[in-house]
Amino acid sequence: MSRTLTYRAALREGLDEELARDPKVVIMGEEVAQYNGAYKVTEGLWKKWGSKRIFDTPISEAGFIGMGIGASMLGVRPVMELMFWSFHSVAFDQLVNNAACVRYMSGGLCHCPIVVRGPANGGTGVGATHSHVPEAMFAAFPGLKVCAPATPADAKGLIKAAIRDNDPVYVMENTLLYGNTGEVPDPAAGDHLVPLGLADIKRQGTDVSLIAHGRSVIQSLAAAEILQSEHGINCEVLDLRSIRPLDQDAILATVRKTHRVVLVDESKPFGGVSAMVGMLIQEHAFDFLDAPIKRVCALDAPAIYSPHVENDQLPNPKRIVAKVLSLA
Amino acid sequence: MSSVPPPALDFGTSAINHALTAEQRIGLFTLMVRIRRFEQAALKYYNAGKMGGFLHLYIGQEAVAVGTISLAGPDDHFITAYRDHGHALAVGMSMDECMAEMFGKQTGCSKGKGGSMHFFAPDKNFWGGHGIVAGQTPLGLGLAFGLKYLEREGCCLCYLGDGAVNQGTFHESLNLSGLFEIPVVFVIENNGYSMGTSQQRSSAYTGCLAQRAEAYGIDWDVVDGSDIYEVRAKTHIAMERARKQHKPTLLEIDTYRYYGHSVADANAKKYRTPEEIENYKQNHDPITLLRRRLITEGVLTEESADAIHAAAAEEAAAAVKFADDSPPPTIADISTDVYWETDNNTPAAKIGRHFFDD
Repeated sequence: MSRTLTYRAALREGLDEELARDPKVVIMGEEVAQYNGAYKVTEGLWKKWGSKRIFDTPISEAGFIGMGIGASMLGVRPVMELMFWSFHSVAFDQLVNNAACVRYMSGGLCHCPIVVRGPANGGTGVGATHSHVPEAMFAAFPGLKVCAPATPADAKGLIKAAIRDNDPVYVMENTLLYGNTGEVPDPAAGDHLVPLGLADIKRQGTDVSLIAHGRSVIQSLAAAEILQSEHGINCEVLDLRSIRPLDQDAILATVRKTHRVVLVDESKPFGGVSAMVGMLIQEHAFDFLDAPIKRVCALDAPAIYSPHVENDQLPNPKRIVAKVLSLA
Repeated sequence: MSSVPPPALDFGTSAINHALTAEQRIGLFTLMVRIRRFEQAALKYYNAGKMGGFLHLYIGQEAVAVGTISLAGPDDHFITAYRDHGHALAVGMSMDECMAEMFGKQTGCSKGKGGSMHFFAPDKNFWGGHGIVAGQTPLGLGLAFGLKYLEREGCCLCYLGDGAVNQGTFHESLNLSGLFEIPVVFVIENNGYSMGTSQQRSSAYTGCLAQRAEAYGIDWDVVDGSDIYEVRAKTHIAMERARKQHKPTLLEIDTYRYYGHSVADANAKKYRTPEEIENYKQNHDPITLLRRRLITEGVLTEESADAIHAAAAEEAAAAVKFADDSPPPTIADISTDVYWETDNNTPAAKIGRHFFDD
């Protein structure tokens, strides 16, 4: 049995189930409680669980994320919302020096089972300061784990896995996906968990592999339909879901199957997630490639405001189709 | 108006100090001496090239860590910045594991992965050892939040230097502690200098740094850090306020460091006059003051005090030998203690690639 839920409601259901499962899980962030969440992900949870389990913080990202890190060392399981992942910059010392390094610097004596979640995307007309996609940057720090769900089912499964994980996990959501709907398994059928480090083929294909994460998966699926109907090209779409740990086996398997690959990634090109994926493909599947690895990234500039061209800066079906056709 | 200062208060008569047995008083003195002797040995071998990185010495400040941590109950917790050797020994960490950490050895408290600035002993409620100025302040807040959330009676003493009071995270932490009624005691160890910049050149303030707490509705006090009895008397009140009332306190404990910001501080003798340093050593040294006091109290003699120094020096020398004789980490050790899940070889660790070496 499954139901159709929005991405937002699926996340909420995952949070709700984990609040029920483990009394040490506590949700904190700006406007998460009484305001019901800036993007309504946590709507209703404060009313249900009360101010001990979910509470509003002042606009002090470094302060409350650091507070969560300290509490996690003592055994609390904080889930902290960044209203936008773009605000990571004011909490960077906590997110990196403390969360990523405390286990290592203590020789394994401490651990930091936190979750930091929130939207990380462009495309909403809010300009450069609110449109960062930092998954590649955080995945570059050993000690951190990063995932970016594309569908409601994955959003629920990954947030639950992230909360249960004993390392810091940064969950990158997307404001443009919150309203998307999709099938989500019924809780009556058992716990729905999506493990970190496991990619998922969202569309089977034979000719070209599109490897993506987050909203770029949705864009790749749309491009794949156009390529099929208008050009007779059958694309496989691999959703990474998790950036670190990364499902290298799935990446190499699809490359070995199709021999052509376009990496679709809302990161900027320099050092983006696709830069790492491309490196792994050339290292481990070079002989299976019939064409150079190509990428569709965000155009290499700070995120533009103008709604007239904002979408052109991001990976979109038109740009993906053009890139796939350039391989032929 | 007369400018004659009021007579100094004798905190030795405070109940918390009055209750100390002779053994406990000697214990306080011994611990302070052990910290000093440990650091003197560390300095010697730092200069001999036995350790890398920075060495931020605590010499001159010993009464702060020893006095405050001597008040610890079973669920009181501690976290500090990079000048952490005194706190580490005060919570009961051994000289061996601390010296070995600085020597970068496997037997170090952090297996040689943290170094001088990053000592940890969670089993002794000591949570580091943190390298970024004021970066530990929200963590200390969080440890105290955790105590309250888990409904455990205790508090967190979160130490910072006077340089840290101008970092944003510290102010965020003060605000959160007052707002959420968190059982934390922030302890500014005010040694007068944020590296080479004096308090007067770095901080806008009226009476004292701790007064900033008023902006957040938090209690505060100023403490003479050369008098361990005063440190204990005033910190005890703050800790009780935290434990019993879930109210934070900001303490400013005035103290002094004899050495530079770190041993690598090339200007350590330029931004302070030799007279200033000498005055503190002669008139405010916390170990000398306690020694005199305990001799007056009849608890110590000159001979027994000297014997404590000799034993501490011997212990420090043995720690140096232990550290020197210990094996270094292996190259394979570089890749452990990164993820809890991979260290524990859990099912989650087997899914996906966690490390990206060739």
